[in-house]
Amino acid sequence: MDTPTAEPHPDAPDLRAQQRAACDPADPAAQTLLMRLRQGDRRSIARAITAIENETETGRAIVRAIQPDIGRARVIGITGAPGAGKSTLASALIGELLHRGHRVGVVAVDPSSPFSGGAVLGDRVRMERHTLSERVFIRSLAARGHLGGLSRAVFKVVDVLDAAGFDAILVETVGAGQSEVEITELADTRLVVCPPGLGDDVQAIKAGILEIADILVVSKADLPGADRTEIDLRFMLSNRMASGQPAIMRVSAANATGIGELADAIDASPRGRETRRATGVRERTRRFLAQETGNLVRARLLAVDNAELNALIDAVARGEIDHAQALAQAARIAAGNWA
Amino acid sequence: MIAAQRRIRVLMGKPGLCGHDRGIVLVVMALRDAGMEVIYSGRHNSPESLVEVAIQEDVDVLGVSILAGGHLALCERIARLLRERNAQDIVLLAGGFIPPEDIPKLKAFGVKEVFRDGAKLDDIVRYIEGAAAERATA
Ligand code: B12
Ligand SMILES: Nc1nc2c(ncn2[C@@H]2O[C@H](COP(=O)(O)OP(=O)(O)OP(=O)(O)O)[C@@H](O)[C@H]2O)c(=O)[nH]1
Ligand SMILES: [Mg+2]
Repeated sequence: MDTPTAEPHPDAPDLRAQQRAACDPADPAAQTLLMRLRQGDRRSIARAITAIENETETGRAIVRAIQPDIGRARVIGITGAPGAGKSTLASALIGELLHRGHRVGVVAVDPSSPFSGGAVLGDRVRMERHTLSERVFIRSLAARGHLGGLSRAVFKVVDVLDAAGFDAILVETVGAGQSEVEITELADTRLVVCPPGLGDDVQAIKAGILEIADILVVSKADLPGADRTEIDLRFMLSNRMASGQPAIMRVSAANATGIGELADAIDASPRGRETRRATGVRERTRRFLAQETGNLVRARLLAVDNAELNALIDAVARGEIDHAQALAQAARIAAGNWA
Repeated sequence: MIAAQRRIRVLMGKPGLCGHDRGIVLVVMALRDAGMEVIYSGRHNSPESLVEVAIQEDVDVLGVSILAGGHLALCERIARLLRERNAQDIVLLAGGFIPPEDIPKLKAFGVKEVFRDGAKLDDIVRYIEGAAAERATA
């Protein structure tokens, strides 16, 4: 790692300035927004997030411009079944992190209605006491049909908060239970929240999301049954191959117990830069490109008015070429009219 | 990239000590069913926190529901805070139990529209859609 030709430390100030200058957007609106968000102006941070969510030109320019600034914050993912106590835990953690001198960004994702596309975003009600803190910024996102417990924009929204100088960023997922693996890519430290009284439902959780936990948080530890839940979790873990066992911690947000210990454990887990900056951001870009290229190709090939593709389908129907050959040609057709 | 859709974002909250939440919950559901993203901030919000949340969430519309009186003082304060934060472009709406004679005063403060008890949900949805469209092109 320490070879002289290695990439300079990302925090080296002159390098950052150079990189910034190279990425600065030409669009004056994006430029102003960017300047203000770097100064921590809340309205500008909020507007930048909206632009990114809606994938406007300004949003794209901002994402490009902040690339040199990202990867500094520690990102803490919070997942767990609906009602597990994620938002309440987040609120308690915000308090503790503020106390420790951090600036805290929060991104809370709630599901969108599959029928109307609308959403009721209710997580931040539980974090209300931090609303007026100057060192806290909370943003609610709707999943907008994206599967995987997050929203399509969430990676970029985290990056904006990172660029705006929030050094601890909490991300609360939808809590759908199973397909929460995306949080493993986004977060440096992953908390899986397990309340007591889920009983056999713990079975359901363990299939999908126990694996992704760095820390298993037994929430609502003031309620009866928390001991039982902890025992169940320990038992389940003991049955697994032992490599990188998650810690188990009991926390009661209601009684404010266990929060300091949880923050200590988060601090002790690997730093963001090692997990995210070094390989994380590049790997993330790779995955993003793979996924979005796939979406784009699919959309293009599903457009029924593509004459070339229709001819190709006819050729398959007539038995002139086989599926493997058609696949290669379809890829060429999709790439041919690339924007 | 497959273009993302712009969605109307609305913050709905209850300032002051008024605990009547049936009306606001109905409106929240109606807006969601019309495809909007609604942040519901619950009861007992201070004007300061409503304005701060409206800014952080970058909403098109801030709607407040008040049935237990105090709407004049509360709305005046919210409108003033929005101006102080240079956020008067956020459309401020009020609803609930509001005497008709207070409506001109509320509008003078900067409340764009008032929906009293008995207001139709469809009318509310249509108004917000119109106001958000106007705002997007402004
Ligand atoms: C039901 C009710 C209650 C229930 C509330 C249950 C609940 N969780 O909501 C209970 C019994 C708890 C209650 C208690 C009290 N109530 Co009461 N209550 C009512 C009543 C009869 C109906 C309210 C209601 O739910 N309407 C149905 C909903 C759907 O209508 P809505 O809220 O008006 O909402 C519609 C529109 O206004 C609009 N809207 C509402 N908000 C918003 C926001 C936006 C942004 C938009 C666009 C639209 C919008 O959309 C909705 C759909 O049309 C009203 C009478 C009335 N005419 O309003 C009295 C009334 C509001 N209550 C009153 C009083 C005095 C009280 C108490 C103080 C009584 C007491 N002495 O204890 C307590 C106070 C509680 C508190 N902390 O605030 C008075 C208020 C008088 C005033 N403003 O000067 C009223 C007007 C009765 C009266 N005529 O005296 N109440
Ligand atoms: N007794 C007790 N109740 C708690 C505690 N933490 C949360 N709760 C309650 O659990 C319920 C759900 O809490 P939330 O924090 O909203 O849970 P969530 O996981 O964010 O919920 P969704 O976002 O809807 O999936 C609320 O009624 C909380 O008051 C706790 O430490 N003790
Ligand atoms: Mg929540």
